[in-house]
Amino acid sequence: MAKILPLYGKAAVLTVRIGVLGILFAMLAGLLCSVARQMKIPVLKQLASVYIELSRNTPLLVQLFFIYYGLPKIGIKTDPETCGVAGLAFLGGSYMAEAFRSGLEAVGKIQHESALSLGLTGLQTFRYVILPQAFAISIPGITANVIFLLKETSVFSAISLMDLMFTAKDQIGLYYKTTECLVLLVVFYLLILLPVSLLGSLLERRVRYAEFGA
Amino acid sequence: MQSLGLEVLFKGKNFARLLGGLWTALQISLISIAISMVLGTLLGILVGRKNGIGRVLMRCYLEFIHIMPQMVLLFIVFFGTAKAFGWNLSGELSSVIVFSLWGTAEMSDLVRGAVTSVPVIQYESAMALGLSRPQVFRFVILPQALRRLIPQSINLITRMIKTTSLVLMIGVVEILKVGQQIIEANRKSSPNAAFGVYLTIFLLYFLLCWPVSLLARQLEKRWG
Repeated sequence: MAKILPLYGKAAVLTVRIGVLGILFAMLAGLLCSVARQMKIPVLKQLASVYIELSRNTPLLVQLFFIYYGLPKIGIKTDPETCGVAGLAFLGGSYMAEAFRSGLEAVGKIQHESALSLGLTGLQTFRYVILPQAFAISIPGITANVIFLLKETSVFSAISLMDLMFTAKDQIGLYYKTTECLVLLVVFYLLILLPVSLLGSLLERRVRYAEFGA
Repeated sequence: MQSLGLEVLFKGKNFARLLGGLWTALQISLISIAISMVLGTLLGILVGRKNGIGRVLMRCYLEFIHIMPQMVLLFIVFFGTAKAFGWNLSGELSSVIVFSLWGTAEMSDLVRGAVTSVPVIQYESAMALGLSRPQVFRFVILPQALRRLIPQSINLITRMIKTTSLVLMIGVVEILKVGQQIIEANRKSSPNAAFGVYLTIFLLYFLLCWPVSLLARQLEKRWG
């Protein structure tokens, strides 16, 4: 036990680090995509749609294999960690884009029109009127995506990242203490995921206060 | 111009082998989907009922399945139960068990959501019109709940198809594994095979899931 615990700790830190980085990039990609589609920017809009379809309809494991083993053959070489972050961002971007989109679409047209008639510029309208409301509506979707993406990090062991899954498998192979290793695995994932899930529902309730007409 | 490694696919039966691998993964998902749809629907209807201990157990099961990554569940069933009970489940059977457990939990959530999404006034009005309980369910609630449920369950199907790619990690020879074998076998003759093979697998998954998600979106739009 005393030997295994620090290994799990290190693996958990790696899982969280890649998860957080990947989710941040995913949010950025998602925001760009949803804005490109919302504002109907010609070429970018189509690109965003193609990307969203590709990323939503393929498994992360297949995406990672392509990035990690496929891309180096045409000269794009990266280390496993960058691959993990890139893969998670590629997968998560489309899910985040959908969450933002549903938020943006849920804000009534009248909000936009009223803001404009009050003399706000288009950018101000977006910044002060649309975005805060859209964000509040997207929060449940975003937290669901964050949890989903954190769970997806469990496939990283396939590209030889020493995350929790990798450590568990490694330790089982070394000491045959299968039950202990699996229990620790579950405990560590709970330690990562439960707070996020609780925080998510708390945040959801909090943000809902600000909702218009609630 | 470097070779993209696509030529490997036209050698011998390589492409057919890849498709065979995809079929293996698809079989696992189809069996699990069938089990999940049936059990999930039953569970979703039952879980709304109020009866003490069963309800608590149900919630524990649902919460645990929801929060654990599917990989962890696979490991628990494949490695954990082998040790604990001394049996030797094949990778295929373990994955069917895991994906059915997971799919059932997800499906029951969808069913519960769909049933509770029908406003109470619909029940009340139907009762006030003199319909019996089964009639209310059959003619008023079910049609409305289904419109919400069907697109969501189709989405769940694509999710389950995508998630079955994980079975690679417990040694099932599915499409990614076949891909690895093809790449290894042609290491000398086409060193760039990894690019072509993994790109093909990527596109195959896309071609499999895309039409299904389009269908779900179409239904959602029509009934939304």
